[in-house]
Amino acid sequence: MSSDTPDGRTVDESTDDPLIQTEIDAEPSPSRDAERTETIVRTKDLSVYYGDDRALDDVTFEIPENRVTAMIGPSGCGKSTFLRSINRMNDRIDAARVEGDLYFHGKNVYDDDVDPVALRRKIGQVFQAPNPFPKSIYDNVAYGLRVQGTDEDVDLDDAVERALRGAALWDEVSDQLDESGLDLSGGQQQRLCIARAIATDPEVILMDEPTSALDPVAASKIEDLIDELVDEYTVIIVTHNMQQAARISDKTAVFLTGGELVEFDDTATIFEDPTDPRVEDYITGKFG
Amino acid sequence: MSTENQPGPGISGDDSLDADHEANRRIRRVFFSCALVTVLTTIAIFLVLFDNAASYFFGARISELIAGADLERTVTFGEFFSGTRWAPDHSTPAHGVLPIVWGTLAITIGAGLVSIPIGTATALFLSEYAEDATRNRLKPILEVLAGIPTIVYGYFAVSFVTPVLVGGIASNLINPAGAWLESISHLAPFVLEPAADWMMAQSVGRYSMLAGIIVVGTMTIPMVSSISEDAMQAVPDDLRNGAYALGATKYQVATRIVLPAAVSGIFASYILALSRAIGETMAVTLAAGFNANLTANPFDEIMTMTAYLVSMARGTSAVGTVEYQSLFAVGLLLFLMTLSMNLINDLLKRRFQEEYR
Repeated sequence: MSSDTPDGRTVDESTDDPLIQTEIDAEPSPSRDAERTETIVRTKDLSVYYGDDRALDDVTFEIPENRVTAMIGPSGCGKSTFLRSINRMNDRIDAARVEGDLYFHGKNVYDDDVDPVALRRKIGQVFQAPNPFPKSIYDNVAYGLRVQGTDEDVDLDDAVERALRGAALWDEVSDQLDESGLDLSGGQQQRLCIARAIATDPEVILMDEPTSALDPVAASKIEDLIDELVDEYTVIIVTHNMQQAARISDKTAVFLTGGELVEFDDTATIFEDPTDPRVEDYITGKFG
Repeated sequence: MSTENQPGPGISGDDSLDADHEANRRIRRVFFSCALVTVLTTIAIFLVLFDNAASYFFGARISELIAGADLERTVTFGEFFSGTRWAPDHSTPAHGVLPIVWGTLAITIGAGLVSIPIGTATALFLSEYAEDATRNRLKPILEVLAGIPTIVYGYFAVSFVTPVLVGGIASNLINPAGAWLESISHLAPFVLEPAADWMMAQSVGRYSMLAGIIVVGTMTIPMVSSISEDAMQAVPDDLRNGAYALGATKYQVATRIVLPAAVSGIFASYILALSRAIGETMAVTLAAGFNANLTANPFDEIMTMTAYLVSMARGTSAVGTVEYQSLFAVGLLLFLMTLSMNLINDLLKRRFQEEYR
């Protein structure tokens, strides 16, 4: 449990890892228009404890709207914990305790008057392993709309089609909407889960390593999809895969063991010219 | 010849392994004979019931019939299945099995109406609402309830359920309600008058259908709740997380995700509880009684098939008489009823397992 700087290591040693270096150089992060956008999620001194263990340590930063923000870092660094604290899924864990502030559109989501059910209707989530409900494809996508008791005048069929198109799944499943979501391939299941999340038109979509259970082809489809989703949504994605972060994100946050946010900046800066030597070590595969 | 078998790398069988193989075969035979014990017992029970039931209907056992005994219709199937009076040991005997089949069905359905809703709600509470500490304290208590011998439930019925609960319902609820109906009976005399009279006349003797229903219902609650809760706990947490992340409330997760995903296990618990209610003997005999009434009045004494078996097994009838043989006819019918419950259970399980993986 040490987040000490591995100062003994020199930066020079890291550059002779040609594989990682070239891959990152070959695919620079997509540069969305440089204009500044609004902040949608902001944290101030956010700490999360599981019992006596601190999983997140005084994290303070701002996540921009309509951008892909990636969280990277070694296992156990608190990045998934951070994700879960945004939509208060940590509430489901008895031992979890949150200190500090997390603002969504300027409202502290840990205020007493915030209803986590209402919050989660604004902030969707896609999980690590595809978790479609054991229901038909149609019912999977319609689930969120149904539990949220959407107005009668909203055409459910229409909404389901729109969500499936939004998740680039419509063409593959349009003639089998009544079949079980579990009959789809892993990659299709994950896109079904994305369709389920966007069907209710949230503002933010949290993704917890959404491609780690998928094969490379399915994973790259999800990545393409994320690229399209940011036109309408803010995407916050946790990933183990640094190349993925480099490819798809605009901003990158690097967490290191102990739940510390070490550096947060434009993705290009993080991967090409990080300030903190520990980040450089981590990115070049020398730490974590 | 080059194709000739080489001495080999020591993978062809030789004597050194023979002893091991022989031990394996022996163990296999031991395990198989253990499995055979249950199978043979089932077959033997069925054959004994069947053989004796044959002599109830045809005057001679199957074996005797084969040996050439005369076929004599002692009790016809028509009388057995459609007669409405059951009194094989009476001086003017009657062999209509309907009253005691009705008794068993009334207790089973009534007990299901008690145990299924309460048990399912208990399971939902334990699985979806209760904190770990609460669940860990409550579950063992429920399982203790399941382990109490049924005769104890029987005396619970005799000393509490019948006099206090059922008696209380009759004298504090039904009778006053009848008196009230009487007071307004001028509004519709032809309907209200008889209803009021009936309600005011109700009282509880030593036994009643309602007491049987309450006792058997209560004792099968833990079966429903415990097995249903296991099925609900087996629903992957991923599904719950997915639903919560979509802004579902706890109730929506419980009813629209957990219940449907656990449905095959929940149904299995229902069938098990109903089978238990069909076969339940001691408690139901002490609660519902020995009088084979074909009645829908919950305050009346009734007799279930098991209660009849108990009363006959006390040994007042001579071996070989028709009333003695009636035991086996009723036993065979009971056997077939529980067997069909098991088959329904298997059918439902297979069906829903296909739908929900």
